[in-house]
Amino acid sequence: MFSLKSFLLASCATALISSSAWAADPIKIGVIAEAQAVAGSSIAPAAQLAAEEINAKGGVDGRKIEIVVYDNHSSSAESVRAFQRAVSEDKVNAVIASYISEVVLALEPWAGRLKTLMITPGAASDVITQNIAKNYDQLKYTFHGYLTSTSLAGLVCDAAKDLLVEPYKMKTAVIMSEDAAWTTPLDAGYEKCLPDIGVKVVDHIRMSPDTTDFTPIFNKIEALKPDVMITGISHVGTQPTVQWKSQQVPIPMFGISSQATNSTFWKDTNGAVEGVMFNAVSGPGVAVTPKTLPFVDAYQKKFGNIPSYAGYTSYDEVYMIADAIHRAGGTDPDKMVEAMEATDYVGTIGRVAFKPKGDPNPHALRTGKGYITGLMLQWQGGKQVNVWPKELAAGTVTWPSFIKLKAASN
Amino acid sequence: MLFWQILIDGFAISALYALGATGFTLIFGVSGVLNLSHGAIMVGAAVAAWAAAGEFGTGPYMGALIGILAGLVLAFATYFIAVRPIQRSRAIAESEKEIFILTATLLWGIIIQEAIAYLFTNNAKTVLPIVEGVTTVFGVRTPRNEYFTAVICWVAIGLLWFLVNRTRRGKSVMAASMNPRGVTLLGIELSSIYLTVWAIYGLLAGVAGILLGMFLGVSSYSVGPLTASAFSIVVLGGLGSVSGSLIAAYVVGYLETGTAYLISPAYRTIPALLLLVVVMYLRPQGLFGRR
Repeated sequence: MFSLKSFLLASCATALISSSAWAADPIKIGVIAEAQAVAGSSIAPAAQLAAEEINAKGGVDGRKIEIVVYDNHSSSAESVRAFQRAVSEDKVNAVIASYISEVVLALEPWAGRLKTLMITPGAASDVITQNIAKNYDQLKYTFHGYLTSTSLAGLVCDAAKDLLVEPYKMKTAVIMSEDAAWTTPLDAGYEKCLPDIGVKVVDHIRMSPDTTDFTPIFNKIEALKPDVMITGISHVGTQPTVQWKSQQVPIPMFGISSQATNSTFWKDTNGAVEGVMFNAVSGPGVAVTPKTLPFVDAYQKKFGNIPSYAGYTSYDEVYMIADAIHRAGGTDPDKMVEAMEATDYVGTIGRVAFKPKGDPNPHALRTGKGYITGLMLQWQGGKQVNVWPKELAAGTVTWPSFIKLKAASN
Repeated sequence: MLFWQILIDGFAISALYALGATGFTLIFGVSGVLNLSHGAIMVGAAVAAWAAAGEFGTGPYMGALIGILAGLVLAFATYFIAVRPIQRSRAIAESEKEIFILTATLLWGIIIQEAIAYLFTNNAKTVLPIVEGVTTVFGVRTPRNEYFTAVICWVAIGLLWFLVNRTRRGKSVMAASMNPRGVTLLGIELSSIYLTVWAIYGLLAGVAGILLGMFLGVSSYSVGPLTASAFSIVVLGGLGSVSGSLIAAYVVGYLETGTAYLISPAYRTIPALLLLVVVMYLRPQGLFGRR
């Protein structure tokens, strides 16, 4: 019979075996993420996958990597509590935190106070790195592992130039974005870069993230007769997309739509997302680097679904932290920060390097040629098809039947 | 153009509000229960319909049916888990039962909400619409599904009216809302009346949830606002008054739509809430309330 005694003996034995395999204390990485949100739910599993791969190859200088997961329920207050617990009770050496800018902004001072390296796989607000510039010594522990809103706006404009302005002669746009911390710099970026590519911004609509009925917003936009709607949405996604289709708003949607990057979005919207174009750092079947597709395959095999954008970055970040600890020769926080600043790592989304101290956005990712360029994907027949940049494109832009292109017919 | 736009859009959304609030006010009228898990039941029905139609490929009709069934099951679960044990408890003083039920249904609603978020994520879902395409009336391009929503809402409300006024069972429900003691004296079991009312409520909330899921989409975040909107409509119309709720639903629906079009979508809900505060000052029993 299986007795308590034998169970205890067995677990002691396993403990002995597993501890004997590792020379020193494990390296602990805390993951604070949104388990219930589509974008956030990939963060912890992807980190886990990276840790297992590193451990299978002997860990970092003989030390095992352990991932400690905290669900923050999308709340800043819960994230702060989780961060404090992670550092003071669970003794983590670094933290990977959240895709929500508000959460990361709330954690940033805590990373400084508790002298713990923190990197975000998905938040976008420029304010995160602007804060570091203002108070480097205190806040240098925070790294921005995803694109800033300003960079995102720039990438969207680059893509719009090649996909909309040149082939379709589009000249006017309405910016439609949700009212949140990450869209303030995004909208400012759009306002600046759209005129540079020859697109006039005829209006700028910011809606509450609680909006459920988008009819009045679409009506207003339609009345302005722009060639395209440039989006900045992440907290909302399903509802504007479905209502765009059901009301047959004849204007294309192009820009940032974070929820559209997820593979389940087709089902969430019952296919209404057909034709929507969105910026992403990765896409199914797109080999941005040699590491991209093996990661997606391994993730899908292990968890049965495709990672969200923050999954790719979270996976890379575990490798980057491991590499930084190796180069720093240990887990001293200040040395880790120095090592992290020297990161030059080809991950799943491109070549990662951080902007240095003295830049207006220190610890933000370098973007553009040679670093991260991003992609522009379009949902076509239930699949995300990469349409930009040309060298990585798998298809060309198509339009749903209800879209009326004014400029192209001229 | 704008006038027609507001008229048509406001009509559909108001019909949906009316249907959602009718069941809520009926339960209060008959058994004195303010069911704060209302929003969770609506969202539960919509998500069940979405999952059935999309994930399991049953098609829109079967999906809607499964959603309605889910609404019914959730309504009975609410009654048997959160309401009846408190109503029958000897440990809780009679005068305190109302607040206990209020708390229990609120917590039960949160349990459902968290379960939905856990199982299906908190992303918004949209139920596969039964009617597709758009129609243009008076120059206003409207999804046909919006007209369909308004029609179904009014058919359901009409059926409810028929049930309450023209059938024996319905009349005893009506009688129980006026004088529960009198009904028991006539030899009708109050507990069986409660069961009937919760069944009607489950059907209404289920249909309303699914229509909302087709029209605007729902997520686990919608739970709180849906309960709040039903609650404010019912309070505005007068607690327990079905016709009051119907009128209040149209007042709130048009006030919201008008604000969204004429001022800004960001301020959509504010005037209706201000109106509620004013009514509370001047006429605490609501526009058509009896008590």
